[in-house]
Amino acid sequence: MDEEDTRDFNERCAQCSEVNWGLTDGGRFYCRSCHNVTERTREVVNTDFITNSRVQTISKGSRKQEKNDGGSEWYVCEGFQLVLKKQVEALEALGVCPQMKDEILCNFWRCYLQKSKQAYCKRPAGEAVKALSVCESSTDVDSDPERPSLLHLLSLSESEGDLQTDCSFASSVSKVSESTSVYSGSVDGSLYLMKNQKEKLRMTMPMTLSFCYMALLWVREPITLSEFLRYVVEGHIPYLNVFQHFPEKMKLCGLDLKIFCVESWPVYEEVFNKMHELAAFLDLPRFPDITESCFLHPDMLCMKYLMEANLPDELHNWTCRVVKKIGIGEVDFLTLVPGNKSTRKVKYDVLAAAVIVVVLKLLFLLDDHYEWLLSEHAEERNKNNTEGGPYFEFKKWYEVVKHSLDVEQKKLDEERAKYLWRCEKPLFYSVKNKSKVLKRRQMVVNLQSQFGKLSGSVQRAKKPNPSSFQLSWSEENTDGSCFHGHSLKAILQEKRGLLTAMNPDYWLCTVKLCNEKLCGHLAHYREVEFPQSYHFVLGLFSFLLRVQPSYIHDEVCMIEHKLFNKKLYKKLKYNTVLRK
Amino acid sequence: MDSFLEEEDEEAPVVVVAGKRRRRSPAIQAALQPPLHLPFLPPQPVSSNEHKLNFKKSKEACLSYIQDALLQKQWKRAAEFLTCYVESLEKDYSREHIGPSEMIWRIGTEILWHHSQSSMKEFNCFMEQMKTLGVKRYLKVCLEHVFHLLCNGQTDEAYQNLSLAESWRFGEQTAIQDKEMKLVQAYRGLLDYYSWSKQKNILLEHGEDGFSDLAVEQEMHGYFRKAAVNLKEIIKIPGVWDIFVKCYVDLLEFYGDHNEARQVLNEYAYNSKFPANPNAHVYLYQFLKRHRESKKSLISALKILHDIVPSHELMIDFNTMLQKSKKRKKRRLGLEVIFAALDYAGWKENAKAWSCLARQVKQIVISEKHLDWIKQEWNSRKDWWPAFHFSRYLAKRNWQENKSLSYEKALVAGILLGKGCKYFKYVSHQGCKAQLKRFRVLKKFVNRHNPVYLRISGPPDSTVQP
Repeated sequence: MDEEDTRDFNERCAQCSEVNWGLTDGGRFYCRSCHNVTERTREVVNTDFITNSRVQTISKGSRKQEKNDGGSEWYVCEGFQLVLKKQVEALEALGVCPQMKDEILCNFWRCYLQKSKQAYCKRPAGEAVKALSVCESSTDVDSDPERPSLLHLLSLSESEGDLQTDCSFASSVSKVSESTSVYSGSVDGSLYLMKNQKEKLRMTMPMTLSFCYMALLWVREPITLSEFLRYVVEGHIPYLNVFQHFPEKMKLCGLDLKIFCVESWPVYEEVFNKMHELAAFLDLPRFPDITESCFLHPDMLCMKYLMEANLPDELHNWTCRVVKKIGIGEVDFLTLVPGNKSTRKVKYDVLAAAVIVVVLKLLFLLDDHYEWLLSEHAEERNKNNTEGGPYFEFKKWYEVVKHSLDVEQKKLDEERAKYLWRCEKPLFYSVKNKSKVLKRRQMVVNLQSQFGKLSGSVQRAKKPNPSSFQLSWSEENTDGSCFHGHSLKAILQEKRGLLTAMNPDYWLCTVKLCNEKLCGHLAHYREVEFPQSYHFVLGLFSFLLRVQPSYIHDEVCMIEHKLFNKKLYKKLKYNTVLRK
Repeated sequence: MDSFLEEEDEEAPVVVVAGKRRRRSPAIQAALQPPLHLPFLPPQPVSSNEHKLNFKKSKEACLSYIQDALLQKQWKRAAEFLTCYVESLEKDYSREHIGPSEMIWRIGTEILWHHSQSSMKEFNCFMEQMKTLGVKRYLKVCLEHVFHLLCNGQTDEAYQNLSLAESWRFGEQTAIQDKEMKLVQAYRGLLDYYSWSKQKNILLEHGEDGFSDLAVEQEMHGYFRKAAVNLKEIIKIPGVWDIFVKCYVDLLEFYGDHNEARQVLNEYAYNSKFPANPNAHVYLYQFLKRHRESKKSLISALKILHDIVPSHELMIDFNTMLQKSKKRKKRRLGLEVIFAALDYAGWKENAKAWSCLARQVKQIVISEKHLDWIKQEWNSRKDWWPAFHFSRYLAKRNWQENKSLSYEKALVAGILLGKGCKYFKYVSHQGCKAQLKRFRVLKKFVNRHNPVYLRISGPPDSTVQP
């Protein structure tokens, strides 16, 4: 076929005087002897030509500097690399350890490129040239998609920093040329979306967050996934319009938009699950141990959430006891072992919140009745209480927290509605609608300024500094709105020198757990079926973690079953021993 | 859903054609039937994505905040949220019935119109942008702009805008928006009419001074021609065009073209393609009255008005006209008309209407003919009129506020309900106490004719002709 296409071109090569022409994917003639590419192009007679897979084509070894639209050639993985770089730099600015970028994330990324066969394949750079010539001599090479016909050498551009290392990207040129009829700014954008290979974990925008979270977990940074995602939403970590940081020459259009434009906020579950998939895909070893001194240990996180939920410090004693009793504070339980399917993956933040909920259930029952009874009791005792801190009154706590929560929730809802999704840099699917897009953008800017003037509120205050706490309660406030120092004595009783809960009963959120692998959940949460107080507490932590109440409910059920099943199991065992 | 229906339509004829050619067994026919297209189900909620905030959801929430703010007239707050909503322009979901661009146009107009800090200049600027935004509703936006200019008293600017809109050409869109274009032209005609009317007044004033200005007259005629052309066009299309019709008729009458005017009004009132419109009959009636047309034509105009709006104020005229008629049937209709008018609360304290009824009822009672008319009308009202019109409370109030109203009502009440009725008793008692002669006469009259009430309210009399 190629012969046919080049038959009519009989000029001698200007460099080596041979007449041995091939066609590049751009339709130009190149000399097969010396690889010189001419300015002459073949006139395309039939449109099938472009998609004809049998035509032997070649991509240039070095980056094509200029395309007709002023952009240069780039690959999708380069785009993701830039995104990751921006994200990890933002994390650095937030104060994560400086090794994370170059030593951890960069290695994860390299490993990913290698495993997904995008770069760092087991061919040294020297062999690449050989491979090139081999490919050229073989006419059938294009029908073998597994064999990269050419190694695309990435040159370093200065603007792209140190993450962009001397990696050499392999790209199967045949596929690229096949799909050039589908439009994209990047070289392999269209191919990227067509790929449907399960064994290759395809990179997506939410997965950039999984990468970051994986690195954070590896270095055991004191930041939970929910917190990390909140920073993303609050704009402290580039995500939504991250493509605006791409260099000028990396043009995004066509299918690239589908890859890099996000129009929704990241979802906890998605990032979490992808992270575990990714860790398994990369064959990572066991992660560094999560010990008692780590931030992610439930005892630590419980302390944080107790503070944020404005609950008495004394409760920490109880959460620790629950954690210890069911063994969820143990290193083996907490530490991530990639690919280990027998253990349940730990959502550190959700788990800690659930522990607190269970403790509240243990002490206050949260059945819409008992907690108010106890509260009245505490109120009575507070009247006669002259020494020490006041006794904890559930009712007072509820009123204070409910009020703050309502205010903050309202603020959050309005912020979500007012969220600006678009950035300065306009995007267009194709050059055809460029002018339309730009016009629309201009009009949006005009209208924004016109109504902005009428809105009365001062133009969008700068984004607040990232804070680990969303609700803060200070003991310095004299209005009694802080419950940290309140005592639980009014609701506890002494038994043989030990303080125990007055409450002799307990109710289980669910009698039987679901199979998480089959149905996706351990339990099913329906608000109407549960007491209001329980729902309120779930709602509070759901707000703090920005996850659905049902996530926390699942964990609560899990903890309860660990707590009570064990007891039951021991009883059974004891009985059988006695019988013997 | 639309696509589903279309598909069905497209496939159905194929079977018909096939069926004509040969007879087919039911089985084959069944096989040939178009496949059943099931309608779309709502998208299945995916649990983890339910709470996922995305562009669309965020903008939907934003829109509902705007709507709340608008309802509470919080223009500043509405503007604040609109500032964030305009982004959705960049992602206009064209499939939706009312897309973001239309929302922005409508909401933005509302805010700018009510906001204390907005100016006409800003309003104009906004409108110009909206015109470029939606080709499909270009002329609608133009018209809306013109209305606001007119509300602001900027007649010249409004005229300019209308002229501009009229010259708008945009491929097939111009043809699609044909109706809007007719409206644009009509409103321009209306403004021409106002200019004409102004010139006419100048001329009339000058005429009084015995001074005529040829240039002004010429100009006036020019306005007439421009206005007449456009007004004539719009009123050809079925619709409610009260203002245009009125102005056009005014023009025609001024230039003495009564035949054309009559035709226009007749067409407007009687063409069945036009929606039922009471005003059409009012205008026709007024025109006929102005030109002293026959009673018959006046009555027929008002008869239709009575059918559409029994409570119309012209029903007094109608009743008066009918009462005077020599024909029994017309007088009978007159009674029906005035009874029907008084069914409406708006007429409750109208002395004129009550006097019409009182006069006719009295007449019938004195002549002792056609008592069955009253009986028939009363039959459907005796259950509720006493409480609605003739309560003791109303008697007191009417007496205090309007003596002649209470006189007329007392007469009617006395005849319909007898001398024992509360209203009559109270009013006649008060009247006699105040030593008013006509109340004494009234009392006598009612006492004398008391048996009538028994006949009226008695069981249906089979001997009486309906």
